[in-house]
Amino acid sequence: MSHADDEHEANIPATTAWMPGTIPGSSPGTGMTGGNRRNFLRGALAATLIAPGVTLNVFGANARPAGEPASTKVRWGLLVDVNKCSISCDACVRACNAENGLTGRSETDAQWIRKVTLNNSATEEIRSAPVMCQHCASPPCVDVCPTGASFKRADGIVLVDKHICIGCRYCMMACPFKARSFVHEDHDDQATHAPRGKGTVEGCTLCVTRVDAGQKPACVEACAKEGGALVFGDLNDPGSEISKALRQYPAAQLRADLGVDPGVFYAHLK
Amino acid sequence: MTGVAKQFALRLARTVDCFVASLLAMTAFCLLALPALAEDARTLAPQPPRGQGEHCVADTDFMRRNHMLMMMDHRREVLHDGVREKKYSLAGCVSCHAVKGADGAPVSFADEKHFCRSCHSYVAVRIDCFECHKSTPDAPQKSAVREQGNDAKKLAAYLREVKP
Amino acid sequence: MAKQRYHRLSDHSLPFWTLILLHGLAVAAGVASALYIESHGHGVTGMNNQIVWGLPHVFAVFLIVAASGALNVASVSSVFHRLVYKPFARLSGVLAIALLIGGLAILVLDLGRPERVFLTLFHRNLTSIFAWNIYLYGGFVALVAGYLYAMMDRRLSNDPRATAVFGWAAFIWRLILTTGTGSIFGFLIARDAVSGAIMAPIFIASSLLYGLAFTVLVLLTMSIETSDILCTKELIGKFRGLLALFAATTLALTLIAHLTKLYAAPTVAVELFLLRDGGIYPIVFWIGQIGLGLLAPLLLLAVMKSEASNVAELAGASILFLFGGLAQMYVVIIGAQAWPLNIFPGFEASSSFGDGAVATYAPTAPEFFLGISGVSIAMLIAALAFRLLPVIPQILANEAKA
Repeated sequence: MSHADDEHEANIPATTAWMPGTIPGSSPGTGMTGGNRRNFLRGALAATLIAPGVTLNVFGANARPAGEPASTKVRWGLLVDVNKCSISCDACVRACNAENGLTGRSETDAQWIRKVTLNNSATEEIRSAPVMCQHCASPPCVDVCPTGASFKRADGIVLVDKHICIGCRYCMMACPFKARSFVHEDHDDQATHAPRGKGTVEGCTLCVTRVDAGQKPACVEACAKEGGALVFGDLNDPGSEISKALRQYPAAQLRADLGVDPGVFYAHLK
Repeated sequence: MTGVAKQFALRLARTVDCFVASLLAMTAFCLLALPALAEDARTLAPQPPRGQGEHCVADTDFMRRNHMLMMMDHRREVLHDGVREKKYSLAGCVSCHAVKGADGAPVSFADEKHFCRSCHSYVAVRIDCFECHKSTPDAPQKSAVREQGNDAKKLAAYLREVKP
Repeated sequence: MAKQRYHRLSDHSLPFWTLILLHGLAVAAGVASALYIESHGHGVTGMNNQIVWGLPHVFAVFLIVAASGALNVASVSSVFHRLVYKPFARLSGVLAIALLIGGLAILVLDLGRPERVFLTLFHRNLTSIFAWNIYLYGGFVALVAGYLYAMMDRRLSNDPRATAVFGWAAFIWRLILTTGTGSIFGFLIARDAVSGAIMAPIFIASSLLYGLAFTVLVLLTMSIETSDILCTKELIGKFRGLLALFAATTLALTLIAHLTKLYAAPTVAVELFLLRDGGIYPIVFWIGQIGLGLLAPLLLLAVMKSEASNVAELAGASILFLFGGLAQMYVVIIGAQAWPLNIFPGFEASSSFGDGAVATYAPTAPEFFLGISGVSIAMLIAALAFRLLPVIPQILANEAKA
């Protein structure tokens, strides 16, 4: 697809052994060198080819070039404005299931995001909010995972490396938000960008492939067309939409008492 | 030496001769005939179908020896670091090396004609990639490449020019 | 005292062969179940996304806890120099390894990807108590094996220091191991029913009880098999006292744990669920764990006469203690998960994913077979060891007659 790399192939000696960490022909480069710029352009080109027709939300200064690893400078987060979340709406859930190809029996199906109906014990007022992986800064699932399959990416996204997940489900025992699901049966209908298979644990990825391509998670995009209750963005960037919103009105993390510092905030939850 | 023992020794020598001769014949056959046969699809050697693109991301010899290491490295880069180079991807392998079945649609890993299986079944190396990953390419997105095709080609040409 | 002699089991009685056959059938059923679950996925079990650990884990944790306790007799003889236990130190060590392997086998066979178990050797997350436990289990087997070697080797066994060093090391290690097993649950910050430091001491007390109960039952079985009176009158009296002590400790710690959580406002609800309103869980707790599992056998021990011929009560009490152990694990593991997580304090939550609702768990046959096969794996390993190694003490019969 990207013909810019043609010259590199000629340089690969056929008998060279593969050295981990060096993909022939890729040189992420440091600083704003020509190579870096080229990588950026290549990423932009690829994004144009991959996702045409989809509104691109490149996050200004946060847009990460394709060859550059996720950085701790960014912390991705979500804000749920409970006031704008309608009890009858499940657009976010449907979008997530469609985006990630989530299917299964109703008894044991995976739910990466779910709508929870909330009845205030004091006021009897009924509210509703989505619950997904809270992408904690100190995630208990990462602490307990014996193999390190459950991990937190530099930019705060908590993921499961299914290549090394042994399916012990200790993360599911440890998660305070019941955000993880176990795949209880064989699947052959996966989406290309969302691999999932029997015997491993999975959960909300914050649509990591979309985020890496400069887009918003599927749930956020779907919600924008409905109530607009979900805001996605960089919690570390004071200028981001989510940071501005968090300054405007108070928002709380779920089970803040546990000290796991979730990256998902709930506003107007009362 | 008695007659019986002599006869036994003779027979043994003849057997050894036969064995050596057949070994030599087999070696000669291998040396002469196999290179010719290797070109022939009827041999037992795996015959992976050719990919659809102009060429692979690296030489065939390199890919044969190192594809597994590249994938191990790649999966760490993509999943843990979020480095999504467009050149290398399992989805790219799957799409370029898709094999069409009787119905014209790309076959899945369940079919023995699947590109990966054509070798892996032969060498009896079990892979579990496709227990999670999709083994068939995505349906081409509607008019995506065609509409943008010109721009993409121009941009690619530009990138070639600015390459230091 | 004359030099203690040991022997290998050479041939078995018909009842013993029957026992082996039954255990063999159970293991076959367990292996078939594991294959079935692995090929169809955990959808064929009663486990789901709310109850993620089920019956296999109840058996596995029970066996692992019992394993460290099975070392009691050896520890008492080597660490606390009680000579009367010394002849049974080997048997106790063998049983400890066997029970641990039985428990771990279940744990591994129930993994979503059991074929990846060796991956834990290359990818290890050192903040995970599961990963620590891999060291603890491996170290335990190695230490107990070294301990057995020190006791059995002709030269080493003459040097009391070797046995003492291994005895002490294995004893300390087993305390850490059970602390680790208890902390698997105690460290779960969001599971109100089990989180807390007291899980470790509860597990240690329980391990002493279940391990000794297993040892007593195996000893009594071997007495019948060898037609020797392995359990002398003195020993029966000591086992009776130890079992009562361990049971009382377990009871007291369980009481403290529940009282603490019953007293604290945030955990009152989960305690009322486990102790009163939770349907199956209060029944399993009060009737299974407390009634049949602790009080009834304590009563049996209280009324029994400590005579060598009167072993039925001891055996009955041991069986009840083990039953109580399974009940305890059921409440700790399944009950803790059945109670919904409190994600939205101050709200009554409901959803399609079981929020705010008590989770239901209906175990299926494969899970049960997989779980029970762990016990059988342990017993078969022990039986095999009794055949291959000089484990069973020999001279006691004469002593008892004298």
